Amino acid sequence: MRRLGPWQIDRDPAPRGWWVLVVSLGAIASAFLAAGALFWAFGIGPARAYSTIFLGTLGDARAAPEVLRQAIPLLLCGVGLVMAFRAQFWNIGAEGQLLAGAVAAAGVALFAPLPAPLVVPAMFAAGFAAGALWGLLPTLLRLKLDVNEVLSTLMMNYIALFFVEWLIHGPWKGQEQRGFAYTDTLPPAAWLPLLPGTRVHWVTLALGLALAGGLAFLLARTKLGFEIRVLGQNPTASRYAGINPLRTTLVAMLISAGAAGLAGVGEVAGIHHRLLAPDQISLGYGYAAIIVAWLARGSPLAAVLTALFLGLIFSSGDVMKVTLQMPFRVTDIFNGLILFFLIGSERLLTYRLRRVPRPAPHATAVSPGPERQTGAGIPEETGVAESK
Amino acid sequence: MLSLRGITKTFPGVLANDHVTLEVRSGEVHALLGENGAGKTTLMSILYGIHQPDAGEIRLRGRRVHIRSPRDAIGLGIGMVPQHFLLIRRHTVAENIALGLPGERFVRPARRIEPRVRELGARYGLAVDPRAAIWQLSPSEQQRVEILKALIRGAQALILDEPTSVLTPQEVRGLFDVLRRMKQEGHAVIFISHKLDEVTEIADRVTVLRRGRVVATLPIAETDKRSLARLMVGRDVEFQVRKAPRTPDGDALVADNLVVLSDRGLPALRGISFSVRRGEILGIAGIAGNGQRELVEVITGLRPARSGRVRLLDHEVTNLSARALHEAGVAHIPEDRMLMGIVPAMSVAENLVLKQYRYPPFSRGPVIDRQAIAQFARRMIAEYEIVTPGSDVPARLLSGGNIQKLILSRELSGRPEVIVASHPTAGLDVSATEQIHTVLLQRRQRGAAILLVSEDLDEILALADRIGVLFSGEIVGIVSGAEADRERLGLMMTGQRV
Repeated sequence: MRRLGPWQIDRDPAPRGWWVLVVSLGAIASAFLAAGALFWAFGIGPARAYSTIFLGTLGDARAAPEVLRQAIPLLLCGVGLVMAFRAQFWNIGAEGQLLAGAVAAAGVALFAPLPAPLVVPAMFAAGFAAGALWGLLPTLLRLKLDVNEVLSTLMMNYIALFFVEWLIHGPWKGQEQRGFAYTDTLPPAAWLPLLPGTRVHWVTLALGLALAGGLAFLLARTKLGFEIRVLGQNPTASRYAGINPLRTTLVAMLISAGAAGLAGVGEVAGIHHRLLAPDQISLGYGYAAIIVAWLARGSPLAAVLTALFLGLIFSSGDVMKVTLQMPFRVTDIFNGLILFFLIGSERLLTYRLRRVPRPAPHATAVSPGPERQTGAGIPEETGVAESK
Repeated sequence: MLSLRGITKTFPGVLANDHVTLEVRSGEVHALLGENGAGKTTLMSILYGIHQPDAGEIRLRGRRVHIRSPRDAIGLGIGMVPQHFLLIRRHTVAENIALGLPGERFVRPARRIEPRVRELGARYGLAVDPRAAIWQLSPSEQQRVEILKALIRGAQALILDEPTSVLTPQEVRGLFDVLRRMKQEGHAVIFISHKLDEVTEIADRVTVLRRGRVVATLPIAETDKRSLARLMVGRDVEFQVRKAPRTPDGDALVADNLVVLSDRGLPALRGISFSVRRGEILGIAGIAGNGQRELVEVITGLRPARSGRVRLLDHEVTNLSARALHEAGVAHIPEDRMLMGIVPAMSVAENLVLKQYRYPPFSRGPVIDRQAIAQFARRMIAEYEIVTPGSDVPARLLSGGNIQKLILSRELSGRPEVIVASHPTAGLDVSATEQIHTVLLQRRQRGAAILLVSEDLDEILALADRIGVLFSGEIVGIVSGAEADRERLGLMMTGQRV
């Protein structure tokens, strides 16, 4: 292949874990560099901007839990998307599924006559079901009519968004809110407990962690997980192996959309305690979760780390708004840059750099056996991100 | 005329060419013989400018040349007829030949080239209608178009990569006539093959490659098939797998008047009937695209039958699912190993239980038992001599032969009643082929009914007890393996009932 001084660029059939990590971190670093140009355009020195952001998030004992708080919906949506992506179902609709979950949770809390201890469990159950239902239509459209799921799930987001708008302006508009467009405050039985001194609704967090662990087990150790992996990695082989593509995709997608619904429950019951404008319920968690899932490279456990990372970016948005007087939507640009560089760097994974001394061309001769096997340690792409 | 000296080329982990030297003279057919993976294609890709060598030089008429791209190669008078044709199916012959030719007019560029096509066609025996669209042509005619393409671009040296793999025996003879005429006209022809019969028939000299090295360059008159085989493989080769006599038992698989549609909704099988008995191999010969794929898929549950019936051991199994048929005892060795037979990113062990994962002992309830799977994998790897660094590496790292052994061991582990094997040794080296043939014959001995679909007539002749020839979705005839000869099968492959 191509030479660069003493280095040679080769194709690599099996990228190793450390190389995937290096490339991913390189992509993130590039995104930060590019975002630095943005700060500079705002008249803020990138170095000062990043130090301010660091001090305002991880460097501050009171602000640090906010990272965790923002990571909760990202984790739930992200873990769900990992499932869908593993089945090669490109669910872009976590945002809408999250809103569907939020609506269901608010509906249960406001209107269902339940004894107090049952309210929260009922909200989570309804939220999961509503999210799953929101994901069901695009799934059926794709499986039965071959409608592209990227478009249909994306469109479902807008339907969910305007449905929430309609609810809070219309039938569900609160009596006590004096013209503001939100519902009445939920009864206290529907409020999730917080970690003292923070806004971390730990019940949802625990649910997210349990889901990450459970789905990692599901993928690695169960028949269903086996089927999802076969289907996702080679649909032709899955047909040949007699795996039912309908059932398998449906289950993966219901888990995916249901998890996003749980995130919506958490935001309503843990933070806002009412149903309000869609852009206040979710700051685009459903979209940012695509990055969470992509960075996690198919591993539900790695999604815990990547959700924390994206949580950090969202908290930085608060700092940028408050301390640096920049618009909060800068986080969207940030996220966009990260995803852009990540996808762009994907090609690099299939290459590797080898040091090959120039003078003796015969020295490039390597024995076929052991060399080929060096990259063989990773059965799938899962083990990779876990090494972080 | 043309010489490659000390060509060395490495790919990650593989030394594809190791100081290869090849001299080709004008007016000779020079065969490049070697197993798959011996480095033939790499060497020719270097000559044609697709790859750059790590070391070594190419000389043309004594002058050193640097070939950086196929464009350079064409400019130097080197032409290539690829194994898989690079033609635009909806365009005409003349349009395909004119495409990319320098100096053609902007409007209707193909018109001016038609007389040239006819003239060259007559001179070399490459008759083909310049105004016919490619999709209307047979593989043999498409190959002629590829050769004409190279000749019109002024090729003095022509590389033919496995040119006979898509031809019937009669068509092979036609191609050889063309090559002989090219020889008389002073062209140099490099003929890549792993078929010894063809090499000894057409070549003047032969260079044998093994594991990237030249093991010999010989005039064909000074050698024979047996010694060429020894050079190619590195040991003595059995030309005929020993087939023990066996009287077949009752019918195991019966197809009755099957009609099946292709992906495009056109009839691919037009009412075919046949039976395979226990302890018998029924070979299905024919040129690719005459309904073979649809036949395999309808019997393995991957494609529905429009009408007609399939019976398996006296049970009606028409249009059962792939899973139900697997459970009923139908094993399927698919045509496309990488695309259908395995999940390349999953581990060898997981691929070994691709169909069995849902039954005990590999899973209990919803949970998979990884220990049981690993144990089974170790047993299969030992039993079928699958060469792999371990059972937990991705299956894509295995060589073609080992992937095929993996598939074979998985499909045969359930002691199937019926084995449907589609091109089971395509692209495999001699020793892997031998191993697979041996295994199939063992199963026949033990009473399995085997449906062997292959484009390789030698394979069918060596293994099959009866041979059916498929042409245009119909079985032209079924002949006994003992009485079959290549000549007759070749005629049947073009649809003639003999």
